[in-house]
Parts: sequence; C-alpha cells; structure tokens
Amino acid sequence: MEILVCVKRVPDSAENEISVGPGGADIVRDDLVYSVNEWDNYAVEEAIQIVEREGGSVTVVSACDSEAEEIVRREMAMGANQGLLLTDAAFTGSDGLGIATILKAAALKGKYDLVLTGAQADDGAAQVGGMLAALLDWPYASVVNKIETNVGASLRIGREIEGGNHEISEIDLPCVLSIQTGINEPRYVGIRGIRKVASVEIPVMDSEALGMAKGAVGATGAKVRRVDYFVPQLGAGAEMIQGSTEDVAGKLLDLLKAKGGIK
Amino acid sequence: MTHEPFSPATATLFGMPAWVLFALIPFVGLACFAWIIARRAVPLRRGAPDPRFERVPERILLVVKIWLAQWRQPRYMLAGVLHIVVFFGFLILAARSMQMVVLGFVPGFVLPGLGGALGAVYNVVKDLAATAVLVAVVILAVRRAYFRPARYAVPEKLGKDHTPEALFVLGLIGTLMVSESLFEGAVLAAEGAPAHSATPLTLTWTFQQALAGVPVSTLKGINLAAYVVHDLTFFFFLCLLPFGKHFHVITSIFNVFFMRLRPGNVKPVAHGVPDAQLDGLKSLGVKTFEDFTWKHMLDFYSCVDCGRCSDRCPANHVKRPLSPRFISIKARDLCFQRYPIFGKPATDAVPLIGGIYSEDEIWSCTTCGACEEECPVGIEYIDKIVDLRRGMVDEGTVPQSIQKPLSALEKRGNPWGKLEKKRASWTEGVGEGVTVKLVETGATAETLYFVDSITSYDDRMQKLARATARILTKAGVDFAIIGKDEKDSGHDVRRFGEEMLFQTLKDHNTEAIKASTARRIVVNDPHALNALRNDYADVPPVEHISEVIARGVGSGALKLEPLSDSSRTYTFHDPCYLGRHNGAYDAPRQAIDGIPGIRRVEMEGNCRDRSFCCGGGGLMLFHEPEEEQRMGVVRVQQAKAAGADVIVTACPFCLTNIEDAIKVAGLEGRMQALDLVELVDGQLQS
Amino acid sequence: MDAKVFVLITHKDGKADDSARELVTAAQALFPGCTPDAVVAGSGIDAVCGEVAAGFGEVWKFDQEALAYPNAELLRPLLAKVLPPGATLLLPHNTFGLDLGPGLSVKLGVTYVPDVVGVQGMEGTTLKVVRQEHAGQVSAHVHCDVARGAVITVRAGVFKPAEDGAAAGKILDRSADAAGLTARRRFVELIQAEAGDVDITREDVLVSVGRGIGDKENIAIVEDLARAMGAALSCSRPLVDAKWLDKAHQVGTSGKTVRPKVYLALGISGSFQHMGGIKGSPFLIAVNKNPKAPIFQAATVGVVADLMELVPVLTEKIRKSR
Repeated sequence: MEILVCVKRVPDSAENEISVGPGGADIVRDDLVYSVNEWDNYAVEEAIQIVEREGGSVTVVSACDSEAEEIVRREMAMGANQGLLLTDAAFTGSDGLGIATILKAAALKGKYDLVLTGAQADDGAAQVGGMLAALLDWPYASVVNKIETNVGASLRIGREIEGGNHEISEIDLPCVLSIQTGINEPRYVGIRGIRKVASVEIPVMDSEALGMAKGAVGATGAKVRRVDYFVPQLGAGAEMIQGSTEDVAGKLLDLLKAKGGIK
Repeated sequence: MTHEPFSPATATLFGMPAWVLFALIPFVGLACFAWIIARRAVPLRRGAPDPRFERVPERILLVVKIWLAQWRQPRYMLAGVLHIVVFFGFLILAARSMQMVVLGFVPGFVLPGLGGALGAVYNVVKDLAATAVLVAVVILAVRRAYFRPARYAVPEKLGKDHTPEALFVLGLIGTLMVSESLFEGAVLAAEGAPAHSATPLTLTWTFQQALAGVPVSTLKGINLAAYVVHDLTFFFFLCLLPFGKHFHVITSIFNVFFMRLRPGNVKPVAHGVPDAQLDGLKSLGVKTFEDFTWKHMLDFYSCVDCGRCSDRCPANHVKRPLSPRFISIKARDLCFQRYPIFGKPATDAVPLIGGIYSEDEIWSCTTCGACEEECPVGIEYIDKIVDLRRGMVDEGTVPQSIQKPLSALEKRGNPWGKLEKKRASWTEGVGEGVTVKLVETGATAETLYFVDSITSYDDRMQKLARATARILTKAGVDFAIIGKDEKDSGHDVRRFGEEMLFQTLKDHNTEAIKASTARRIVVNDPHALNALRNDYADVPPVEHISEVIARGVGSGALKLEPLSDSSRTYTFHDPCYLGRHNGAYDAPRQAIDGIPGIRRVEMEGNCRDRSFCCGGGGLMLFHEPEEEQRMGVVRVQQAKAAGADVIVTACPFCLTNIEDAIKVAGLEGRMQALDLVELVDGQLQS
Repeated sequence: MDAKVFVLITHKDGKADDSARELVTAAQALFPGCTPDAVVAGSGIDAVCGEVAAGFGEVWKFDQEALAYPNAELLRPLLAKVLPPGATLLLPHNTFGLDLGPGLSVKLGVTYVPDVVGVQGMEGTTLKVVRQEHAGQVSAHVHCDVARGAVITVRAGVFKPAEDGAAAGKILDRSADAAGLTARRRFVELIQAEAGDVDITREDVLVSVGRGIGDKENIAIVEDLARAMGAALSCSRPLVDAKWLDKAHQVGTSGKTVRPKVYLALGISGSFQHMGGIKGSPFLIAVNKNPKAPIFQAATVGVVADLMELVPVLTEKIRKSR
C-alpha cells in the first residue's frame, strides 16, 4: 500500500505553558519546544505498521511550514520511507481549506491508496482530513482507532465515538482517515535514530511544482482568519466558595452547568 | 602409610592388570574434560570485548575475600556454613584426590612433600574434612528434598524443578566421600589397629571399625571396588561440572577475579569504542546472545542457582516478572543449546527479548543492586539489564509511559517538561540570611550544589532544596547552583538504556560544571551523586549532603537542638544509590544521631547493604510494571515492624515513594516520612 | 443575513440530543432574529421531529431505513443536495459533527467554522466568533467570511438550551429526497463499551477522587455523583495502589494524561505527580478538608469541606435539576 501521512509541526502543549504575547498578536514563542502533532505521530506509526504487514511505502508530508523539516525527518527516523515538504511564500496565511487544497495537489502527484491525518492538532479544528477527502472526492472516516487491511479493496475500521463505544465500518479504498490517539503504541525515536537520517534528502515542492495557481490559497484565499489571542479573566489560585453545605452545593451546581460539567 | 597389604595398582581386573584401566580412566576423563572446556569456551570467544585485566592486586584481594574466604556465604547462615564446609572440604581433599588417581597405577604413591610429618597431619585433616563434607551433604540433601527453601523454587512456566539435579550432585559428592573413606578404611582394617588408626569418629575410622576382622582378600576386593567407584565417579563428576550449575566449581575463581571493581557505574555501550564514536555503531545494546561480553557469558556459566539474588530482589518480591536468578539460568541454558558439546554452534541471530526474556521482565529492574551485593560468585546484573534496555531503545520498543519523560528530557532537560527558566524558582522563600548564588548570573563559589530535576521542580521536594541551602549556609559552605542551565544528570536515562540522550545531558552538564569553576560538588540526590561520581568524568569530587552534615556535627560546626517531641522512634532507610552503590552507610546515621536524645532503630536484616529498595527513582517514577504490591509499602511495613514511627531517608525519590506508600498502607497519621535534610534543618540552632 | 439557517438534529433511540436545544440558542446568538429550520435524518423519526419542532420554522424530515444508523458519508451528499445555496448549517462539535462538517463545507462550497465557544457578532458578511487553541490554554477571536454560507460546529455546554415556548415549526416530509443513497463507507456494527471500559483520556468531564475518600465503600458516593453528572470517574494513585479502583482510572504522571473541560477533584491533595496528568486548563473544582492542600493553588474554584457531607447534597441537587 502506498500511504501518505499529513503531519504538522506544533508547540508541544504537554511541555509548554502557552501564554499570550503583547497585544495578543501571537502566543509567546520564545520558550516553546515544538514537535510533531501527537495525533499525526500515531498516524505515522499506523502507516508504518500497515506497510510492515502489507508492503508498500509511507510518505510523510507537511504543508505551509518552513520549519517543518525537523519533524518530517523525525518521522522518517521512525520508519517512514519518504518525506515531502510543501512550502511557498504564497501559502502563508492559509486557512484549513487552503492547507487541504495544498495537500490535495500533493496527493494527486503520487499514486496513494490511503491518506492519513491526525484527528486534530493544536488549534482543535479537526478539519483538514475531512476537507481533503471531500476535495479528492474520496470516502472519509474520522477518529479512527483501528484499521484492518485484509479486506480486499476496502478497509475495516473502528471509530471511537461517544461513551467509549466502537463503531465498526467498511470503507472503500482509496480513502482518507483521520487517526485518533491510542490506535497503537508508537515506537520510540531517540537521538541516535534522528542522527541516522540527518542527511537524507527531503524534496520540497512549491505552488508551481504542485500545479497550483497562486492566490488560490494563502492569506488572500482564506475565509477564516484568527485576529488575535487572548486569555479569559482568571484569578490567581482558586476562588473559594463559602457557605452552608446547601449553599455551596447550589453554587457548584450552577458552575457545573455553566461550564458544561453536567452532560 | 608404611606398608601396603594391597593396592589397586597391583590388582587384576577381568584378567588384565588393573593399572592399565586406572591409567586409562584419568586419561580419557581428562581428555573429555579438556574437550568440554574447549567447547564451552567457544561462545566466550564470540562475545564482545570486556577488559578485566587491570588492577590485578585488587582483583587478587577480591579472590581471597570472596572466593577463598567465602565472605558472602554467611549472609544466609545455614546454607552458607554448609557450603563453606563443602568448599573447604573440596580444597583440602584436592591433594588426596590427586593422590587417589595416581594410586591406581603407581602403588604407594604419595604426593611430593606429603610424606612424613606433614603427611600424617594431612591424613588427619583430610579424614575430618571428608566426614564433615558428608555430614554437610546429607543435611543439604534433606534441606533440598524435604524442607525446600522458597528461593530454590522454579516457577512453572520456567521449567522443571531443579531439586533432582541438586540431589544428584549431592549424591555424587557423598559417593566420593564414602568411596574414598571406604578405600582408606579397608587398607587400615587390613593393616590392623592400633598402630595405624584413623582419627576417631571420622568416616574412615567408622569403616575401619566396621571392617575389623574381615578377611584380607575381602578387604582387597572392597578396596578395589571402592577405588573403581571413586575413580569413575571422580571423572564423571569432573566432566559433569560444565553441564549445569556446578560449573561454578571451576569458573567461580575466575568469575570473582574478573568481577566488577567499580561500584555504581554502568559499562560503556561497547568497550573500546569511545563515546564520540557511538553514532558509528550499527547496533547499540544487547539484542542477541552473542552481544553479551565474554565476562557476562562467564557469569551465566557461574550461576550457582542459589536464588539469593532473587530472594533479595525487590522487584521479584513484589511479583514483577523479574527474577535475576533466571536471567542467568535462562541465558545459560540458551548458551548450552546454541553451543552444544557435539555439533555445530548456532549461527542464526535470535533476539533475546521476545525469546528467553520478556520486555516487562527487563523494564522491571530498579537497578538497586541487591542482587549483585548478594551473589557469592560475583555475577553482575545491572550492566546486563542496561545493555538489554539499550537494545530495546535502539529498536524503538520503549513503553509509552517512558517515552513521554524521555522526550521531555530531550527537549526541556527534565522529565516533566517543565520550563528551564523555572529550574531555580525553588530559591524563592529559602529563608532569611540565606542567599543562593546562581552561576547563570555570573556568581562563582568553591562548592557547586547540583540540585538535579526532582528536587528543583517537584513542589514537595523543593523543600529539600531549601533545607539543603540552609544547612550549607549554616555549615559555612560557600556554594552556588547552576540555575536554568542545569539539566537532568541523566542518571536514570542511562540506566533505562537511552545512552545517546545521557551523553548529551552529560556533555552539557560537564560544560556547565566547568564553567562554574567550583572545586567540589555537593548533592542531596543520591542519583545525582552516583551520576556525577561514577558516570561522569572530568568533574570535581562529589559529596552527599549527609557527609557534610556528619562532618559538621562531628566538628561542632553544626549544632543541633534536641527534638521537641522525643517520644517518636526514628529509623533510617538507606537509599540504594547512597548506600549500596556508594558505600555511604555511616554518614547519614552520624548525622541523625547528632540530634541529642533522638531514638533510632535499625530495620534489622533489611538495613545497610540489605536495604530494601523504595521502588526506584528517575524514570521508574513514570513506569508502571505489573506487580502485586508497591515496594514502598513493603518498606514501610518493615519500618513499622522495627517499631519506628518516622522513616528518615536521604533521597527525594525514596521520599516520594515512601510518602505514597504510607498512604497506601493506611498508616497516614501513624507513620511519617522525612528527608535527612528536613530533619536536620528543623533542628539547626538559630 | 437573509439566507436560511439550519440546525442538524442529532438523536438517539427516538430522543433528540441535548445539542438540539443548545443549537437553537446558538443560531439566535450567531444570527439574531433568525428562525432556524431543523434537519432530522434517520429511520422512524416522527417522535424526534415532533419533540424538536418548537423553536424552528420548519422541520425537514428525511426518514429512510438506510439512515437508521447515523453515517456521515450518507448524510453529506444528502445535505449537499437539499440545502439551498448560501445556507448556514449548525452542527454539534462532537464525533459526528466532526465527521460530517469539514467535508460538507467543501461540497457546499461554504466556510467551515469549527468548535465555536463564544460569539461576538456579525459585521456585514463577517461572522466574529471565539475559539480556543492549544488544548484550551488560550482563546482567539476569529473572523469568518460567511458571504456564501457556512457550516458551523458549536461546542457543547456553551449555549443554554432554548426554552420551549415558541410556536412549533411545520414538519415537512422530504424523505423522498433521501431515497437510494449509497456511500463508500458502510456501517457494520456498534460495539458497546463495557462498564469498566471507560477511557478517561477522552472524557470532557471527570469526577476524580483521592485519599480523602477514606474508605473503599465511600467511593460509591462519588460514583453516584459521576453518574448524576454524566461524567466519568477517575482517581489519584493511592486508590489504585490500594486496589480500590483499577489503573484505567488513574490520573497522573504514572497514570493517564487527561484533558477534560471540567475536573472535579474530591479529596485530592494535588500532588505534583497527580497534577502532572492534567493538561490544558480545565475548569477545576477542588473539594478538600485541608485548606492548605496544594490543589487550591491550581484549582479554579475551591471548597474547604468534608466531601462526605457535600457530595451527596450536590448529587441530589443535580438529579433534581434534570
């Protein structure tokens, strides 16, 4: 199987405290460490496992980020066969649809049976996979947590839905799947592994190489634009609630309702 | 022996002169033995290099202490004493055995130097030895067959019980004793008492009495039969040795000669390959049997199957899948299988993990060192576990629970992924009159306080940092900390097999330490102590804070107030990396005893070098092996049994585990855990 | 905005999901003065259509057996066919909405606005909303060009469920439009999670219990609360060590890492190891007898109280409020 996995370089939210910079134009990036988006990493591991079983190759691609090379390289150290970077000044400021459009152009340049993305990334939009599938006009499934490949021209997949239930479906190839964390146990990539692929070539494609018209994507084409960042007001330390047990319970109930704690 | 009524050398057997047979048996026996030993040496020649020929005088001393003086045997008193008897019996009877062999074809043979008075003394000694050995062997057999001590048990999935093998060998030894004494007894009976009498109550003497009055021709027959049995048994036993745990009879002296001289450190990835060239290696760590060094293979040969290592292993105690004894036995059996005495050695590369070892088995080890402390023949376990982990890391099979902290260590220099700039934030609120100098602001000092990650970031452990700073100030020590440029010492990164990340951390910290221009390092974390002292090179000498306190208490520089509540009983839990790995048992005790009127007890049988590991530190805090109980809970129960209501320790990881364990054991409010620096800080005179 | 606003009603076992009523309020907030229409697809959905009719202009019913199990791959082409140009569709931001929404926005040629947690308002054809990023650590103002229409997913619990009172909308049976639908993804079966199968790392709302619970038997009180809230139960390490709860429930550096929106910490001291397992910035309510417990540093709201007294009262109130 020829598998394309779309990966994104994100600030590692586990190891970072994200705060808003002056004026809200951006988050503070000085102390940030970046890594491959956790969901995407699971997708790459899954692709590698599928190829270990069925043969084929795994291509890891990242769009719009000039610094994405380090994470594409890391995924190659993990076992992906090829890397691909899609960068062009004209891509800057693309919204989700823009990114999906760029990825679509790359997907059509190869002969892929399967395209994987992570279920979501740092902006929580969880949109690129679904958009990419619609642009390619391929079937789609999101939050996939199990893939079985021995079903002819289809895949048997499990999706993780509310309540911890598993929805089992059959989906025709070629298709796009967005991968949920926990689908597998990604193998460890250490410093040594990364050094081994340090000098492997990673091709870069710009809008011309992809056959895209300039202005199709990028800031000009974007319909969704983040204007600023901010942090909603919060006090330091807990706001303490006092009163009789009845009173306190009542206040907690109100708070829980307001914050979506009652489902 | 002045004259001989008969001798095997002059006898006839099946119409042939018997001496031919008795010359043939040793010849064939020795030839077989040599052949077997040569075959057993084959895998060692394929093993990785391991330089063990330096510091010969120390090695000889180890052989004298551990091999000859059987220093570690009495740690298990009954079995130990019995083994000492058998061991010395074998040594003493070695001369007699040689004489016996030659007597088969040289009548009246006496070893040069053992004629005359010395010989007479030797005869007495050897008879006593043989008798003692037989008695010991009988007791050992009854012990194995009937009492069945728990540490010899073999879990079902690991194969058949080893008792029949043990009993068989005990039987052989007994046969040797009996046949030799019978041989001698027959001669003495023929010569007649009292001129030639064995030492009373010995085995020989018993036979001599029993055979009194028996006709000489019969005695001759008995003598010959006893000789045949002894000769055959002797060479059969000799050739049997390399096939099982009794190989240790031959290999133990070598195993001890080559054993570890430096405690606490971990072997390099490959001897002879400098750290800078590790990237060039095709493979890191031990993945197949042949990746082990020749010394580790010798360890497998030498394993006595005594089970003492597993008996003391805390992971084994809480029923994790690890039993050190079986690390050795399974590897030994694999070696025998791959390198048979007859037939070609195996050439395929069979992975050990997923084969004889499971992943969980190897990740279960806390590297506490109890196994190595106990082993009577100097077998090393920690290096093997680390090498196996290196192999798994190289292959990418690392448990998810450890991948996150490893990634955080790589990116942030600490396993929780906390911001570097907050590494020194513990210094806020350290107390009046105490300044903590930071190298990052350009300060320098004689002494560097290397705080390491857990003490810097864990809010409970930050109290230890502040207490240490106060104690150092009070003791008049001019110190500084590195600050945000300090990264994790990498101690447990290395022991979990991520050697390259360890090298990166080590190189970084070494630079930072050099930049501080300090001439001395002080730590409160024994893992940092061990790393800086035994894993790092080119850094100044390191001390643990307990040594500073003990010195201060001794000199009067640190005056400690008596406790306000003197009703409680304190006990000290020896952290593995302070005690066993670095030999610092006394300083913390002196420090505690420096508090006037404090009542301190020991956890008898489980203190000092027999301290029971709290559960492990560093990355072990993140890993969750399958177990029936937490090691910390076992430790807390030991403290309770010793009558203590306060456990004092000197390691932040021990403190974490023991505080948790107190909750789990339901002893909250009745047992308290305290770090040494907290205890001392609380009693510092203002 | 004149174009029509539609709300997709998701439902289960003949009852509409809570999101239905919330999306009515959302529609009003996003497009003040509009009367949204409802879209209901499924099999045997008369009851659902009747239930939701209040508050909508029209209820478009697509009743076909093929739609019995909600399959986004079937629904997407259907909606692409029946929704008028320039329409805006509101969806709940859940696994179904995420499965359907992004691709649908492409097929309709409209803007996709995911996971809205707040509304600023409309300015011309620009919709101004609030989203969160980086696991909820920061919020962002987002402007969306919805001139040609939009597909908008809305986070649960952000908008209050609309009260009944408006006149019931007209139910239009358009089931014929949904005849003969096929998709390249076919539902096979649903495997229910077992009672013990909870994956706390996925849960939005966690009720977490620590050593303050005292005894194993008392855990039942907290389980009760979790049930009443529709939340999942989690715990700190000592309870797992004591074998009162199994490891799947443990939150912490050596347990699971959770990213809930709401975290109720009962009798938990807030140790470094435990807090290390909580990511993002959940709304953290801490109840502990000890006013000096470290958890009060990290909590959003704190109560110094005996959880054994407070929890049953809270559970009762929640039940009564439903």
